[in-house]
Amino acid sequence: MTDVLARDLARARNPAVAARRAHRRRAAEARFRAASVAGTAVALLTLVVLLVALVGQGLDGLRATRVALDVAFDAATVDPDGTGDPAVIAKADFNALVKEALRARFPDVTTRQDRKRLNGLVSSGALYELRDMLLDDPGVIGTTQRVWLPASDDVDQFAKGHIDRAASEAERRVSDQEIAWLDALEADEALQTRFSRIFFTAGDSREPELAGIRGALVGSLLTMAVTAIIAFPLGVATAIYLEEFAPRNRWTDLIEVNINNLAAVPSIVFGLLGLAIFLNVVGLPRSAPLVGGLVLALMSLPVIIIAGRAALTAVPPSIREAARGVGASPLQVVAHHVLPLAMPGILTGTIIAMARALGETAPLLMIGMVAFVVDVPTGPMDAATVLPVQIYLWADSPERAFVGKTAAAIVVLLGFLITMNGVAVYLRRRFEVKW
Amino acid sequence: MVAITVPVAAPTAAGGVVKVAARGVDVFYGAKQALVAVDLDIAEHQVTALIGPSGCGKSTFLRCLNRMNDTIEGCRVTGSITLDGQDLYARTIDVVQVRSRVGMVFQKPNPFPKSVYDNVAYGPRIHGLARDRAELDAIVETSLKLASLWSEVKDRLGEPGTSLSGGQQQRLCIARAIAVSPEVILMDEPCSALDPIATAHIEELIDELKTNFTIAIVTHNMQQAARVSQYTAFFHLGRLVEFGDTAAVFTNPRETMTQDYITGRFG
Ligand SMILES: Nc1ncnc2c1ncn2[C@@H]1O[C@H](COP(=O)(O)OP(=O)(O)O)[C@@H](O)[C@H]1O
Ligand SMILES: [Mg+2]
Repeated sequence: MTDVLARDLARARNPAVAARRAHRRRAAEARFRAASVAGTAVALLTLVVLLVALVGQGLDGLRATRVALDVAFDAATVDPDGTGDPAVIAKADFNALVKEALRARFPDVTTRQDRKRLNGLVSSGALYELRDMLLDDPGVIGTTQRVWLPASDDVDQFAKGHIDRAASEAERRVSDQEIAWLDALEADEALQTRFSRIFFTAGDSREPELAGIRGALVGSLLTMAVTAIIAFPLGVATAIYLEEFAPRNRWTDLIEVNINNLAAVPSIVFGLLGLAIFLNVVGLPRSAPLVGGLVLALMSLPVIIIAGRAALTAVPPSIREAARGVGASPLQVVAHHVLPLAMPGILTGTIIAMARALGETAPLLMIGMVAFVVDVPTGPMDAATVLPVQIYLWADSPERAFVGKTAAAIVVLLGFLITMNGVAVYLRRRFEVKW
Repeated sequence: MVAITVPVAAPTAAGGVVKVAARGVDVFYGAKQALVAVDLDIAEHQVTALIGPSGCGKSTFLRCLNRMNDTIEGCRVTGSITLDGQDLYARTIDVVQVRSRVGMVFQKPNPFPKSVYDNVAYGPRIHGLARDRAELDAIVETSLKLASLWSEVKDRLGEPGTSLSGGQQQRLCIARAIAVSPEVILMDEPCSALDPIATAHIEELIDELKTNFTIAIVTHNMQQAARVSQYTAFFHLGRLVEFGDTAAVFTNPRETMTQDYITGRFG
């Protein structure tokens, strides 16, 4: 016994052994640190590559090509009876104005086929811009103005250099003839690619040059608002009830197990639930942010409840005792002490749940939020789509011009996420208590 | 097993007024019985010390007096406990009001993570004891003075209570308890986490407080019990073994078990 002890003591106190041990410990620490640094570096590099690629392509999607034309606002076409009535002006044939301007610019184009091609240089959205311009300022009627009109997506792609001039005519989407026209415009300084607001002001469109993110952005905002308004109070209330008030018995155990299971249910199942209940039973409209928000709220609830309970448990019991000790009622204990201390944790959990909800597409497919929606929604009952669904739709489109839009939409989605996280960090700071 | 005689309540004999009276108190945690038939009187404006080895039920008894045990799942209290003759466990009693009449100071200082001022002002606020800010200020000042903390914190009322030293924190907790003007203050080993100087501070304080409050204090420190209390109750294995005048219990205990405990032969 004492021999063993003596041997162990001798070994433990042997400086050579101690030095070897220290060396091994330091080596292990160095390896661990190197591995951590390497891991972080790889993660950062991936992130940087992703961001650079996205931002590069996204910026391309934010720029649009425009063509300058001398448009004659012929009173006979726009307002034949000289009424000056906006309702009449709005119904005028602006397409004819665009065609007329193009014909004036290229008078030697005569065949029907070529005319059609020529008209194709300008986007079909040009007429709306002309209409808005006239409605803003009816004074231009009867005059000729130089107007920058949006070019079609093929022209846009060509101007941005995505279409190879050297390729054979059959392999590119712009013909030699069209290139000649564009070169002529270019020579007049009547062709320009620059930043365009359309991406941020327009809803979706079949024409890439007219498609914007606003519809999906507003749809996402409305959906997230519904989700937050429903899931946060409900989740926090449930967490407080289960953690602070509910007795521990078979029923609450059952509820707890079920909440934990619900957190792991695939999101599409919540979509099916929403379809069955909110659309078929309650009869809410399809594709509505209200329904999307409800579905995502159901999906987020378990996560918020679990995070909320964890945050509440983390509040030291001594604080509860202290409050009870001076005669605080159970509700006061929670409202004045436990909840404020748990708030940072609850908010973190909520934001994680909301961020997941923001990126969710599958359950929204079930309730019709994949629809092609042109109008920007104005309320939670309007048909709408959301950012991830919009990204999916654009990524799936055949037109080359949607590539840039897709990247830009992803950047917007990331921006949304970062904003949400920023708000969470801010709120957490505000609620954080120094001990 | 030593036969245990149930002691006769002593304070009344000593001429004091009984503030809290416990009769036949049994406490169960689930199936486990933590207190067995405890009869104990706590005299008004006196300090009653509860001593005994760890796990003998001192804290349990103390927590019965302001119904803190209510919040423990599976805890059951039977028997009768009265405050000024009023049954604390009567159906009609408001638990929150009981706790405002019987305050508590815990083993580990547990100030709220709020300012010194708000710590003290919290109780008066929720009970509506002050009509305006000036009254609240006055309550805070008085309470801190009674807890002999005022001179140390009067310039830093806005600082977090948690930034004070351990001893100051405990006095802050005492001030917080005092601020709701309780009749009884329960202290569960209030000095066990403090250094000797802070302990001396609190002991002094307890002695002063008894003019305004009735105090029951759990302590593991025999000298402390002897110094601060007028009555001492010795618990063992959930039973009240001996209860009487502190001087008598310490100099001339009736039970050999008490003798063994206070002389440090077990516990
Ligand atoms: N919350 C509880 N649940 C179950 N048993 C408890 C609880 N609190 C105390 N006990 C038990 O009750 C007995 C008395 O505990 P306590 O009153 O804390 O003793 P003391 O304060 O004298 O050290 C102990 O055996 C302890 O294990
Ligand atoms: Mg104890």
